[in-house]
Amino acid sequence: MSDSGTEMAASHGSVSGYLMGFVLAVVLTVIPFAAVMSHALSKGSLVVLIVSTAVVQVLVHLKYFLHLDFSYSSRENTFTFLFTALVILLVVGLSVWIIYSANHMMMG
Amino acid sequence: MNTMNTAIAGVPPHMAQGDHGDEHPDSSNITTFGFWIYLMTDCLLFASVFATYAVLFMNTAGGPSGPDIFELPYVAVETATLLVSSITYGFAMIAAHQQKRSQVLGWLMVTFALGAIFIAMEVNEFHHLISEGYGPSRSAFLSSFFALVGMRGLHVTAGLVWMVVLLLEVTKKGLPKRTVTRLSCLSLFWHFLDVVWVCVFSVVYLLGVL
Repeated sequence: MSDSGTEMAASHGSVSGYLMGFVLAVVLTVIPFAAVMSHALSKGSLVVLIVSTAVVQVLVHLKYFLHLDFSYSSRENTFTFLFTALVILLVVGLSVWIIYSANHMMMG
Repeated sequence: MNTMNTAIAGVPPHMAQGDHGDEHPDSSNITTFGFWIYLMTDCLLFASVFATYAVLFMNTAGGPSGPDIFELPYVAVETATLLVSSITYGFAMIAAHQQKRSQVLGWLMVTFALGAIFIAMEVNEFHHLISEGYGPSRSAFLSSFFALVGMRGLHVTAGLVWMVVLLLEVTKKGLPKRTVTRLSCLSLFWHFLDVVWVCVFSVVYLLGVL
């Protein structure tokens, strides 16, 4: 039973894993909120800070809460996600690029 | 037996059969993988609405813009309830894999309460905006804002309904393998919505008030 316990912990998360993810998520949430609410930084660096903490927090959620990794049992989920991420990058990135360029040219 | 279950989806059903007295062959890996595929398509839906928001958020048509209507302390409390609900659902899953029924029910109820608080806060925020005349028909910015945040809110509401159903199922049937599989799918759904919320509060609220 102890053997199956560790097996479960590996694929479904453990208390320490969830706590670790929770602490990281809280830190990565508090940092951008505090920075924006305190008006301590310039607008440019705030944008960089918000985007980078968001990306890291998404990765934390994927690892600790959704248990995505490259282990044998969750590899299929991870590759499906990576493909989806590529499509999302194309959909969002290219839409924004096209429309902003269009706006720019119409204004100019 | 557990080694078999957690190995791969491709093992023959008779080899991966659970010992929980369930009459059906083990299909939990296939089921959760299928649900994951659905979540990825849902991800694309959210991405499209995010792209719409990114394109439209400057078109305020003389109405309010982000800094006029967003209250960060309020959003911070909403975020806190979601983050805590994520970890409480995680504890429910751990208890489910250990076959501790009362703990599963307890953690699920805590998670449900936190999710309900979030939805109540969001409905309150929407009601407040609409009563001030800043409804979705006011400007393209507000249309895309209500579409994005409202769509996610509907997902959370669906998750809450699903959670009630599973609460009843666990109360009635305990934790056979199929029920644990269903709990796993809702777990993916719930944590996935949390990931979407991280994008929402970063893109809509934090970048929106700059």
